[in-house]
Amino acid sequence: MVAATPDLRPGRLEGDRSHRARRLGLFLALLLAVVAVISLGWGASGTSLARALSDLLAGRELAVQDRVVLLDIRLPRVLMGIFVGASLAVSGAVMQGLFRNPLADPGIVGVSSGASLGAILAIVLGGALPGWVAAFFGWYLVPVAAFAGGWLTTMALYRIATRRGRTSVATMLLAGIALAAIMGALAGLAILRANDRELRDLTFWGLGSLAGANWPKLLAGAPIMALALLYAPWLARGLNALALGEAAAGHVGIRVQKVKNRAILTVAAATGAAVAVSGGIGFVGIVVPHLLRLASGPDHRWLLVNSALLGAVTLLLADMVSRTVIAPAELPIGIVTAVMGGPFFLWILLRNRGVLDL
Amino acid sequence: MSLIASDIQVSLGRKQILHGVSVEARAGEITAIVGPNGSGKTTLMRSLTGELACRGAVTLNGHDIAALSPEELARRRAVLPQAAALSFPFTVAEVVRIGVEARGERADALVPAALGAVDLPGFSGRLYQELSGGEQQRVQLARVLAQVWQPLDADGPRWLMLDEPVSSLDIAHQLTVMRLAADYARAGGGVVAVMHDLNLTALFAQKLVLMSGGRVLCQGRPDEVLTDEALSSAYGCRLRVNAVPDSGIWVLPHAAA
Repeated sequence: MVAATPDLRPGRLEGDRSHRARRLGLFLALLLAVVAVISLGWGASGTSLARALSDLLAGRELAVQDRVVLLDIRLPRVLMGIFVGASLAVSGAVMQGLFRNPLADPGIVGVSSGASLGAILAIVLGGALPGWVAAFFGWYLVPVAAFAGGWLTTMALYRIATRRGRTSVATMLLAGIALAAIMGALAGLAILRANDRELRDLTFWGLGSLAGANWPKLLAGAPIMALALLYAPWLARGLNALALGEAAAGHVGIRVQKVKNRAILTVAAATGAAVAVSGGIGFVGIVVPHLLRLASGPDHRWLLVNSALLGAVTLLLADMVSRTVIAPAELPIGIVTAVMGGPFFLWILLRNRGVLDL
Repeated sequence: MSLIASDIQVSLGRKQILHGVSVEARAGEITAIVGPNGSGKTTLMRSLTGELACRGAVTLNGHDIAALSPEELARRRAVLPQAAALSFPFTVAEVVRIGVEARGERADALVPAALGAVDLPGFSGRLYQELSGGEQQRVQLARVLAQVWQPLDADGPRWLMLDEPVSSLDIAHQLTVMRLAADYARAGGGVVAVMHDLNLTALFAQKLVLMSGGRVLCQGRPDEVLTDEALSSAYGCRLRVNAVPDSGIWVLPHAAA
């Protein structure tokens, strides 16, 4: 781990990394703005952001093609990338705080599988629902179902892996594998009885990637993700105290059960909505918080906010790679994050061998 | 003002751990809970801190602790746990202030003072996970101390509840910690500690609670509790209590018991 460099300015507490974390957050916010603008101008068609801007500044109408490409294709995609990347990274950070382990991640321990199952069931069985239910949920049906699936899985996982206030990492990972297998089987069953139209929906959804981003999808998923992202920082003090163990967190005045329940809800909402709109995108939730802990420490008051920013940046960059490497075709973004994140995950494992009580 | 447990009964699973334990600890004193392994010391401590639900009543400065919220309880007493694992690479400063920041206050000024009190000056920038076991234990004590820094406040005395505070410390730091506890009590606060070392306990505690088999065998001043019969019966081996000039009581095992 990176030791804090002594800071000898007067009046500053040595070992207090909040200043560094705050500066990092500011830098990440700027970086996100820059990357978002670049991403908006990035793509296979000839539309360039500079030309569109100069058109606008000169008071000219945008060409129809430019407007469609920028506003209806790229803008929702960029916004989706920001929301999904932030949600995945924050889910990872919250889950790691909850399980008190840097390897917990919704993708690894089966929460994403639970959310996927929820989404698949909604797509396949959605047609069989009474008309008023379908009308009531509308575009929200798939995200809400994914949220429910993620929530049930997280609850089950926590119950299974925690005994007398101690969460066993080995149990958590193994239970995650078992739960993911069960969810996969159920998802397979659901897919078997899907009709042609549902199968096409499933295929488009299952491709993962931000390629299917459009305004209706964004408007269905983004509010849920936004709620989870805005709520997450309120968990920070509780998660910091939880690092001492559940009993000690209670002793310093934290309502431990409440923090745990809300952390689980937050993870389920963020992961569920992200999976519902973009399929499974792995490793963002594990790589981003880990890098930030190395850079400015594990204090969740900064970690959660900075994770959202760096997660968004990471996903936008990965999306640009996925749009470019085999252009004009697209590489699903899940493959990009896995290729970058998989080795990173192994690196964390190797570095922490002996430290982790597996 | 005192910490009073009346007729506490605790069962874990089918096994009853505490059979009607009643103890009283007064502010201004160090009250030590002693007894053999498995006699219920830690369970009693966990009941007194409110961590473990129990039958019977525990009152802190006259308040039933079951009726106090976690926040109110955390303002009145701080707890040093026996084992102290930390899951992320926090610095010492970040650990020490967790307890104060949990209630939304700033603790930056307290950190150096608390670290000085446990003889770890200049450690605030170090990573907790890179410290030795004894250093980690003292950092945890500094955290606990920072949480209830003023021994007396408007609500009355505050309490340090320490589960084996000196278990992994060298002899010099055992004294550092016990003197710190004594100073806290002298300033009006209350201290309850689970102890193993009878001689260290006899040097510092004003009151002893001797546990055996989930019951209080006897409680009172050190010279009342530390007797040949009581200790030999509690620990199941022959022990002799000696009077030593200047330092008071000294417990020795019989060589060939």
